[in-house]
Formats: sequence, structure tokens, C-alpha cells
Amino acid sequence: MEEVDVEPTTTPIPGFDSNQKHLGFVWGPGDILVYETIYKASGGCPFVHEVRKDEDIYSPILRKLFNESHHIFVGLQRIREDLPSKNKKPQFVSISKNYRSVIRACMEELQQVAGIVYVYHVSSCIITLELIWNLCEVLFIDAAPAGSLVLHLLDWVRLHKADVDEKAREVLASESPAEHQAYWDVVISYVLQGRMDEARQVLVKQAALQPAARVMFKLLDNLLMKMPIFNPGETQTLTEFDVKWRHWREEVDHCLQDQSFASNRHLEDICKILVGDEDVLLEYKELLSTWYHFLVTRLLFSHPTVKPTELHYYAQSSMHMFLDTRSVPEPLDSILLAAFEFDIHQVIKDCSIALNNWWFVGHLTDLLDHCKLLQSHNLHFGSNLREFLLLEYASGLFTHHSLWQLAVDYFDHCPEFGRVYLELQIERVPLDTERKALKVIRICEQRQMTEQVRSICKIMAKKALRNNRLGSALSWSIRAKDAAFATLISERFLQDYCAKGTFSDLDLIDNLGPAMLLSDRLTFLGKYREFHRLYGEKRFSDAAKLLLSLMTAKIAPHSFWMTLLTDALPLLEQKEVIFSADQTHELMFCLEELTSGKSVPTPDRPMQVLGYTPPYPLSNVCFPFNLLIHCFIICSNLYSCLARG
Amino acid sequence: MDGINAKYVSKKISKTRWRPVSSSSLQQPDIFATGSWDNEDNSISIWSIGENGVSSMDDEFEGDPQLLCEYKHNGDVLDLQFLDQDRIVTASSTGAVTIFRHHHNSQTLSVSQLWERAHHYPCNNAPCTGVVCNSPEIVTVGEDGRIMLFRADQEGVLRTIEMADSSAIHAVTFLRTTEILTVNSIGQLKLWDFRQPGNEPSQILSLTGDRVPLHCVDRHPNQQHIVATGGQDGMLCIWDVRQGNMPISLMEAHTSEMWEVHFHPSNPGHLFSCSEDGSLLHWETSSNTDTPSLQGNRIKLLIISRSAIAPAGGNQSLINAWLTGDSSKGHLETTHMLPSQMLSVNSLDVLGQCLVCGTDGEAIYVNRYVPI
Repeated sequence: MEEVDVEPTTTPIPGFDSNQKHLGFVWGPGDILVYETIYKASGGCPFVHEVRKDEDIYSPILRKLFNESHHIFVGLQRIREDLPSKNKKPQFVSISKNYRSVIRACMEELQQVAGIVYVYHVSSCIITLELIWNLCEVLFIDAAPAGSLVLHLLDWVRLHKADVDEKAREVLASESPAEHQAYWDVVISYVLQGRMDEARQVLVKQAALQPAARVMFKLLDNLLMKMPIFNPGETQTLTEFDVKWRHWREEVDHCLQDQSFASNRHLEDICKILVGDEDVLLEYKELLSTWYHFLVTRLLFSHPTVKPTELHYYAQSSMHMFLDTRSVPEPLDSILLAAFEFDIHQVIKDCSIALNNWWFVGHLTDLLDHCKLLQSHNLHFGSNLREFLLLEYASGLFTHHSLWQLAVDYFDHCPEFGRVYLELQIERVPLDTERKALKVIRICEQRQMTEQVRSICKIMAKKALRNNRLGSALSWSIRAKDAAFATLISERFLQDYCAKGTFSDLDLIDNLGPAMLLSDRLTFLGKYREFHRLYGEKRFSDAAKLLLSLMTAKIAPHSFWMTLLTDALPLLEQKEVIFSADQTHELMFCLEELTSGKSVPTPDRPMQVLGYTPPYPLSNVCFPFNLLIHCFIICSNLYSCLARG
Repeated sequence: MDGINAKYVSKKISKTRWRPVSSSSLQQPDIFATGSWDNEDNSISIWSIGENGVSSMDDEFEGDPQLLCEYKHNGDVLDLQFLDQDRIVTASSTGAVTIFRHHHNSQTLSVSQLWERAHHYPCNNAPCTGVVCNSPEIVTVGEDGRIMLFRADQEGVLRTIEMADSSAIHAVTFLRTTEILTVNSIGQLKLWDFRQPGNEPSQILSLTGDRVPLHCVDRHPNQQHIVATGGQDGMLCIWDVRQGNMPISLMEAHTSEMWEVHFHPSNPGHLFSCSEDGSLLHWETSSNTDTPSLQGNRIKLLIISRSAIAPAGGNQSLINAWLTGDSSKGHLETTHMLPSQMLSVNSLDVLGQCLVCGTDGEAIYVNRYVPI
């Protein structure tokens, strides 16, 4: 077994005394059920605790993140494959920016929610997520080449060090900005972030206060203004820029050597920063506040043409220089370092460990995979990294009572195992209302999961049957095209009829339509009801024909034949001849078949439905005599038929 | 798709309804209610889309709905209607029918009346699937196949039609003050007249052929015999309940269940439908009804009834353009109103120029400039 990367966290169970009792447990799809036990039959604990790993999916604000990112994810999957990757890069960058804006929106909303510790913790996590994603976008997706790389990194840092603007506003709004205690902090922060124009604007205030040192200020202003910034749009090549920059740097160095700024410590510091003096930079650790800010500033002033492949060297050295050697490196630091080293897999791995749900790594990996940046090395269990992470994320979503619907789309886009996972999970969604069942069935039907459709319809049909809603049960079995269940329901109807003498739910049986053909029993039910209707409308010959066909076409179950033959009696007894000779012959045939087949009649069948009261109580008559009566009546009909030719 | 923004609300929305505006004022609606479903804690919420005085186009951001108040709801909100300006009736999956009161001063909601077991099976509760009101009367239908009649401010039940249906009733609408129309899961429309005693419908209409479950029904605002229904197969059917028992026209609308269909209340040449496939369609009949061009263009229909032909010299403008529903010849235009790749749109409501809809993607969309 592999070594554990980090120490597992301990979660205390309230009210549990580990000295007295043991803890029994069972894994669920996203949680563990835990209970106290002393491994005896009696005296157990009445409580079962549910331990959830991922609290975030239950936060209402984070839910918006899941929903919005789902929308972006689905859009990403549908980008056409046939375009060459070069043309798709801007699209991927814009999708990445979409993801980030969703994270930011979530972050802002969290920050508005006042003072709950958990929320604060989550909010700072979210900020970190955006930081990491942004860096990944700059380094991997946008893949900025040397020259633009430093500019993008600068943007990255500026976005995450927004307190400078706030401080600046405060300073400039004060009565005498140049004498504000934070004044120089603001100026230096601007310089550290490479925002020369803003720095110059603020410096002007100081210059106004010290007319004697005007020359000095003008000199610095000039230097700041002339600092070359690489412009990727222009025709200037990297080498040209490099030459220009070195030239400028020499000029600054010259000023330093000349002691031009010796009289003003601040200005001298600025000048030293401009030449990339690391010691001075480190003096302003507080303003930099993070080692990666230090890194970017260092690059800006010492190696603006740094190549992506050289980044990691500077990153490592920056981190060492900046951080206290005694402090433990935080997870964030190792993630960022791995990113600077362009070790995507390490980034993903470290993020997976540090975060408690798969949202971040799932979406990021998926995007990187679309950019064809992940080498598809297969994991032990067959699928690749992207699919593994998405499956984990989606499975986590499925445990949520509401977000399971999002998970379906994620499974759809996992080509190897997605379908299997979906098949297993979708059956476990609790079905409280018909509407929810319909939605689940629709999902299954769209993916040709006929087994699941059938099983869900059966669950709903059984529920309906238990509540005696035969119509609902039938409509569910029609949806599932479940002939067996339709047969069962028809049997119920027929049993009800035998017990009560009338059909229940006539509105259903009368209007079966083509659904009647789903099962033989159902067809019989429909046709039998039709027979009753025809009889009620006094269309005796049609009724007779139908009745006969029910028996001869073998649609009627044998157990019902006696009933049908008894139904024929009133028709036989009519004054006019209804059954033709052939028909009567067939009736006799059926009777014969019935007697030879030894099927038991139902002696208690009420005949009032047909408006026929027998002259003798049929229920008291035993079997053979009953049949004898039938034979007699049928034969007499036959003879009267024959008599009339 | 200008003028439509998504507002994510962290709950799947099952119903959205505009608060009615008084017919005398020409105001656009500014308050709507939503009900959620499939959540551990469901709720009904009241939202506002702010002042309508400024109508400049840059104010799209300001149209973001703001939550005014919220109240916990037991069970999924399966239907929701405004009884009047202050009260909302909801149908719950626990079988309860609740009246909530919205207090404008304090912007709070409270329960004003509750019928807990309005719909039930012998042993458990049955979801109440539809509610419709004609203040102060409230009619509800449920999966138990019952129709219940209540009156607001009266404790008990006014009337129960037991065993009205052997399958689940999905939706109900008023045809006249004493007549209602219900649709069920075996594809039948049933007309019920409250003036008659007994538990039998006065008329049953259904499609020949496959019995497709129907999910929604709406009546034409001006012509009480014209009704639109939508069902499991996503087809839009227009019926004339006076004649025959077959629909006048069938139009292919969506690729999966149609959850709601609405005629525009003041401009009935426009119809809106939303579906499980994530689309919201705006149907528009052409407005030039003064040209007697109804003949000769009716090709693309699936079923047509002969009595839909205009009587000679008859009032052409009264001929309902829906009865010809010709989607191929430009008499009927349909437009998609939402971006693609969405989860199911469960509900929509339209009033004046404003449209609101709610989806399973936990988002609400409001469009304030519907072209009608």
C-alpha cells in the first residue's frame, strides 16, 4: 500500500466515549454512518451519526458556484472537435476567464455575508482557488511566451493585491497626502507592482512639497516614465526590447552610482528597486506580503525576458529568500511552486489533497485536458485522470438531494465509466412525487437506459397499486412497456369485477386505445368491457360476435371462460336468434374444451350486471348440472337455428 | 436574447408567478413569487425587480431580482397562484394546500390558512399537483385523483369530488366561473361543472392514438372554449371544447415534457411554453387577421376540424388564429427565448411585457422587454 501523503484529520463524534464503547460504521456514497456498539445483542445506543466529508455542497452560496460552473462545463464539452487547437486557444482562455469570474462572484457574495467564521474560512479558500486557477491560466492555457509572461504575471499579482488601491484612495483623499503616514508605502507598492504611471502621479504630490529637490524628483519621474514595457502587439522583437531595457537599466544604475538620490532615502530605495536590488526588495517584505509577489517583482526588474522554462529556478530561489527557513511551507506554496515548475500533475495532486471537494480539480483538469496539456497516462483502474476526477466530483454531487441533476451531465462526458456510474446512481434517487419520477425517467430514456426506466416505472406502479390507484399504475406500466405488470393490473381489475360485479375506473378502461395491445390480459379487459357496453346499448349481435371471438381467439384466460359462457346465456335466451349456427357450434366447442380442461367455474358470479336473473339459483347448483343447463340451452338454440335454416 | 439575465438562487425553482397588477393601471409587474422543489428545506420567496420608471437600456443590470422575503414550505411547491394582491396559495407534495399572506409593510410572509390533508391516499399523503383560484374560491387537484373546492377564510372543505380520476390529475384551469377543466396522466381532458352534483365529468376529451400524459392546460383569455394543452411528448394541442372530442391542431413544440403553457393575458395572439428540454418558446400568430387568407394555407396541420373555417361574411377578426395554427407558412412564428444548454425550465409566467421563468439549474430569468 502506498504511503499516506498527509496525516488524516480526526473528527470527534459528540457524546462518544471511546473508553466504554466501540464504533461501528458503514460507508455510504458520500458519507459514513457511525454508531456506538458494545458488540452485544442488547443495550445498544439509539443514535446513528452521519459524518459528511463535504460540507461545501450544502452551502447556499457555493451552490451557485456549482450551478454556474456546470453551465460553463457543458458549453466547453460542446466546442467542436474539428477546429485546430491553435484557433481554440482564445476560446479556452475565455472559458477559463468565465470560470474565474464565477469564482469571484461567489467570493464577493461570501464576503458580503457578515462575520461567520466558517464563511470567512471558505471565503479565503475561494480567494486561493482563484489565485491558483489564474496562475494555471497564465502559465498553461494562455501559455504566454517570454516577454508577455512577466506582464501576465504582473496582472496576476495585481489582481490579488487589491488593497493598494484602497490605501491610495485613503491617502489621496486626506488633507495633505504627501504627509500621510502611508504615503511612501503607496508609492513603493505601486512601483513594486510595476504601476509606474500611478506611482508618478502620487510622487507629484511630494514633489510639490519640496521645490528644492525638484531636480531629483524630475529625474526619478523621467526614469519611471522611460521604463520599457514589452508590447507583444508591436513589431518589436524580444531582443530589441531586451536591448532597450538594458540600456535603461544602465541609466538607472548610473544615477545610483552618481548618488543622485542620496539625500532622499525613499527615492534611493525606489531607484534600487528599479535595478532589482534584492536586499532592498526584501526590506519591503511587508508590502510584498507574499513570496510570489516578490518573485514577480524580481523578474520585472531583473529578468523581464524570462522564459517559461526558467521560471522554476527563480520561483524556488524567491521562496527561499522570502520565507523564514523555520516556517513550514503551506500547501498553497507547494501548489504554486509546482505550477511554476510546469508540473501539472503535481499541481492537481496537491490541490486534490488540500481541498475537500473535487470541484476545483475536476473542472481545471477538464479544461487542461481540452487544451491537450495532460498526457493521458492511464491510472491503475483504467480511466484517465480527467475522467477519474470528474467521476469523483459527480458522485459527490449525487449524494446531494438536489444537485444530482447536475451530475448527470458530468457522467455523460466521461466516456469510459460515466454510463455505468450513472446507471448505478440514478436508481437511488428518492422518488417522492410523480413529477420527479418523470424527470428521472426522461434522463434514462434519453440515454437508452431501458432497464432503469423499467425499474423506476415498476416502483411507481407498485406504489400506485398499493394506494389502489389502478389508473396510475396502468399508465406507468404503459410508459415502461411492461407487459407483465400490465397483466398484473388487469388481473386486479378483473378480480375487482368478480368481487363487486361492476368495473371500477371506467374512464380508464373505456379509453385504453392502442395501449390495450400491451398485454393479452389488458386486451381482454378492454374487449370484455366493450362487450358489456355493447350489451348495454342492446347491440346484441355485435356483442355476441365479440364474446365469441374472445374465447376462440384465446384472448380470454381459461379461468374466465365459465364467466363468458354464462354471459352468453342471456343472449341465447333472447327471443330472436342472435347466435348463428356456426357460432353456436363454436360455443359448444368451447364448452367441451372447458369441461375436458377441468377448469373450475366461479359459482358466485353475480349476474345482475346483464340484467338477467336466472330462474333458478345458479350458485347452489353444482358443477356438472350447471354445465348441463348450458348444454341444453346451447343445443336448443342450435336446433332453433337449424329449424329456420 | 437581450434583456434576459440569470439570477442564481441556490434552489431548484418549480413555479414562478407574477403578482397581478390592477387592470386599470398600465404598470408593468414588478413583484413575483417563486416556489422551490427537491430541497431539504423548500421555501416560497417574493422577489422584486425594482423601479420601472427608468427604462433606459443600460439598466439591464438593475433588473436583477432582489429577494424581499422568504418562508419555509413543507414539501415541494407543486403549484402556486396569487389569490389576490396579498395572498398566495400553494400546493404541496405533502398534500397540503396553504395560503400565505405577504405583509407589504414589514416585507414578511406568514401562513394565513392551511388545509393539511387536502389530498391523501387511505394510508399516506398524496401530492397536490395543481391549484387554481377565482377569489375567494380555490380548486385543487392531486395525484389521488380528487378535486377539492375550498373557500379562502373558511375552515372546511366546500366540496370534494371523490374518485374524479383513476390516474393522477396534473393540472386544472377555470373555463367559466362554475366550470373547470382538468388534465390527467392518461391524456384526457375532463370538464367538470360544479353546478351539477355527483362525481362524473360533464365531458371527456382525448386524443385518439397513444395516450400521452398531459401536464399543463391554459384557457384562451377571451374565448372560453379555446384551450391549449401540453404533455409528455412536448406537443402543443389546441382544443375547442364545444365540439368533438379531438384537438383542433397539434404542433410539434418541444423534444420532451412541456411543463407549462400560457396564453398572454392581454395579447392572446401570443403563447408561451416551457419544457424539460430546457427551452422556452414564444409562439406568435400573425396579426393580419383582416385579410381573409385563412383558406388555402392550412397544410402543415396534423388534425383540423372543419368548423374552424370562417363562416362566410363572418367577423374575421374574431376567428381565432390559433385554430389554424399553421407553423410552416409563417402564420405562426416561434422563437426561443433562452440560451441553449439549459436544464429543464419548470415554470414561466408572463404579464404585460415581462416574462419570468425558473429552471432546474437553480436560476431565475427575467425578461422585461418581451416583444408583443
